[in-house]
Amino acid sequence: MTDMGLPASIEAIRRVREDPHRLGHMTHGHESALEGIGHGATGPAGKRIIVGYGFWIFLLSDIVMFSCFFAAFAVQRNATAGGPTMAEIVDLPRVALETAALLLSSYTCMLSFAATNARNLFWTQIFLLVTGLFGLAFVLLEAQEFIELAGRGITPDRSGMLTSFFGLVGLHGLHVTLGGMWLATMMAQVQVKGFRPEIVHRLICFNLFWHALDIVWIGIFTIVYLIGGGA
Amino acid sequence: MFGKLSLSAIPFSQPIPLITSAVVILIGIAVLVLITVKGWWPYLWREWITSVDHKRIGIMYCLLGVVMLIRGFADAIMMRTQQAIAINAPGYLPPEHYNQIFTAHGTIMILFGAMPLVLGFMNFLVPLQLGVRDVAFPTFNSVGFWLTASGALLVNVSLFVGEFARTGWLPYPPLSEITYTPGVGVDYYLWAVQISGVGTLITGINIVTTVLKMRCRGMSYLRMPVFCWTALASCLLIVATFPILTATLAMLTLDRYLGWHYFTNTAGGNPMMFVNLVWAWGHPEVYILVLPAFGIFSEVFSTFSGKPLFGYRSMVAATLFICVVSMMVWLHHFFTMGAGAAVNTFFGISSSIIAVGTGVKIYNWIFTMYGGRVRFEAPMLWSMGFIFTFIIGGLTGVLLAIPPADFLTHNSMFLVAHFHNVIVGGVVFGLFAGLEFWFPKAFGFRLHQGWGKAAFWLAFIGFWVTFTPLYVLGLLGMTRRLQHINIPEWSPWLYVSVVGVGILALGVVAQATQLVVSIRDREKLRDLTGDPWDGRSLEWATPSPPPFFNFAVTPNVEGEEAYWGIKLRAVESQQLSPEPKYEAIEMPMNSPVGIYTAFFAFVFGFAMIWYIWWLAIVAFAAAFAGFVAFAWRDVHEFVVPAEEVARAERARRAAREALLGRLSQQGVLP
Repeated sequence: MTDMGLPASIEAIRRVREDPHRLGHMTHGHESALEGIGHGATGPAGKRIIVGYGFWIFLLSDIVMFSCFFAAFAVQRNATAGGPTMAEIVDLPRVALETAALLLSSYTCMLSFAATNARNLFWTQIFLLVTGLFGLAFVLLEAQEFIELAGRGITPDRSGMLTSFFGLVGLHGLHVTLGGMWLATMMAQVQVKGFRPEIVHRLICFNLFWHALDIVWIGIFTIVYLIGGGA
Repeated sequence: MFGKLSLSAIPFSQPIPLITSAVVILIGIAVLVLITVKGWWPYLWREWITSVDHKRIGIMYCLLGVVMLIRGFADAIMMRTQQAIAINAPGYLPPEHYNQIFTAHGTIMILFGAMPLVLGFMNFLVPLQLGVRDVAFPTFNSVGFWLTASGALLVNVSLFVGEFARTGWLPYPPLSEITYTPGVGVDYYLWAVQISGVGTLITGINIVTTVLKMRCRGMSYLRMPVFCWTALASCLLIVATFPILTATLAMLTLDRYLGWHYFTNTAGGNPMMFVNLVWAWGHPEVYILVLPAFGIFSEVFSTFSGKPLFGYRSMVAATLFICVVSMMVWLHHFFTMGAGAAVNTFFGISSSIIAVGTGVKIYNWIFTMYGGRVRFEAPMLWSMGFIFTFIIGGLTGVLLAIPPADFLTHNSMFLVAHFHNVIVGGVVFGLFAGLEFWFPKAFGFRLHQGWGKAAFWLAFIGFWVTFTPLYVLGLLGMTRRLQHINIPEWSPWLYVSVVGVGILALGVVAQATQLVVSIRDREKLRDLTGDPWDGRSLEWATPSPPPFFNFAVTPNVEGEEAYWGIKLRAVESQQLSPEPKYEAIEMPMNSPVGIYTAFFAFVFGFAMIWYIWWLAIVAFAAAFAGFVAFAWRDVHEFVVPAEEVARAERARRAAREALLGRLSQQGVLP
């Protein structure tokens, strides 16, 4: 259905119609201003919208996968089998540092995209690099945590609780690592090819991915380290 | 060097798998030799293997599905005959082999037979029905198909190298843990399903994006054909639940490979967590399969009744209702877990309520036929057979949804009969109706109707003769998956069931004959108009087979049943719409990245199954490198010049003029 079918008296719709930029109704940026948005009235959406939308759907599915690992942790939180409890393995100062690194990396990632929107190659690359370094710091801190725990004999095969702890945190770490590989590839592509439309589309997807990992981490920090560790 | 792999993995002492795989390998080699001698490789490579055309990918999906259905049916024949012979006797299949067969049967039929067919139909039809030229991500589409194919290949390799799982089609722990099943069978299952699951997820994302963001002008949501709605609902379920399968199988993999404790029965593992997680995927999976089949039936009923679908909006609502509620019923697969009366009551009620959505659909289909000019062609026979079969299956399902009754029939042959009743009667009948219905669209000639009708009647009768005795056996107390039977009173029912399988086998023969006869008589059966069934949705506006760009000019839809409206206008005004100005079209280029990735995914899976770590690393690195190399490609599309578009379109218009003349003469239309 087109918005023509709706009563024009609804204030919000009226405002959208009057909006000279047609926000939410047209593609932004440098592509054709006449590109459709995929609603019935306008025909197929432009590439940028399709790519971003499809990637959103992928992210949703990825978050569903994380939710299974969250559920496993919730089920097995007390299944310590006589081994260490969550309270014994949480090292909050280090986790706080990890969290800071990841959140800052999200901020710089956003800055890199602001630079992309301004089509500024230098600052795009700089901020992507900083994002990658923060990500690397996060992964190294996590690796340090895991190695220390292993040194104390705390490994995933010790108990169900440790299995689901290492599984959930490790899955997130794996995502950050793969994201880092993607980031390095993107930096090379931006350098060689410049801001071609498909490169910008991929940068959009990378941004979405990186921010999604942040959201998942906030869940892990809260549920595993704060609530889980406090029990 | 080769991990656990050695010559002893090949079953020299077991004649059945050995001879089967020898025959399969010989046939495979013969086909490869034939292709090489005839010089077909360049054509296959260019037009099929590297194709990103959604229609080609859809057809390849269907071909894979049909081949695997036959493979799964061979397993079914072995199971039925074994049970009929092994009454107070060992039969001809030893227990460890029999267990692999029922595991392979379920895995293959659901994941490598029905799934590819369903995905194939969605791929082939959705862009055509929406009036667009391709899916949202054509290259990923190819990747998705080839990943599914390499999963199927892994399952088949297990026949010859090693063994398949003996755990049932959902590998319940703790049996599937390394302690109790140390062989490679479960690992074959895990990696084959995992790889094909990634492929399915890609297709799901693709179709959701296509339906929501890529419709032709005027194709608003409530003008979409019901098949597109069911494809959307099915793919939403894929996106929402396949990650659960991925996660669950990954956890089981970690348990088996690294000695973790997600599902073990020691050290705080929780086997019932596996059962919950796997059915949180498994039940929606049933609806992933059956919803597109419902879409196919909707198209068939309205076309062959010559009427618009009765209650289009209630059909859409029922589809989305089923889509949502299907994720709230999973626990009815294990009422006997002992979750307590409150939990069982909730899931019992939700499982009964989901039948309401299907009931709405059944009435809509019946009312679509009411007052219509019903043509009893083969697709319509499959659809009417479906209504009868599916109602019985649905009723036994509602019976099983009542927890106290389920305690008596849990894991019995009654259950086996029930789910075959809905899956064969719903999904398989739907897929066969669809194959009859859209075959001319895909290949340009119709299937022989006589053989098609014979195949339907043999399958319909064969189905009931096979599965009615299983209902009885279930009520008599026979549990599922028995390798031999000690109660001679059951034998008459088992014999009847074998007769039923024989009739079903004749149905398979009839369908093969139908295909051969139709190919032989293809000139006689040629569909020149592109609209052989007097269709109502946009795919019938294209020639058969459609050009690779589908539509020379993307349509502008002005109401429900888009093509029916165009046709009526043409008949009323006695002419086609005025010829538009043709413009050049951009189409996506072929890409070998699909087959490349799938090849290394296969190698990776095989290496992981046999603990060949270096090979797994090499395969993963190669797949990643290939992906980066692909991402480096600068040109993704090629241009079809306006003259070529015009030439193809003028041929179509000439055929349409002829059709218009004939329709007006016959006075079929108002």
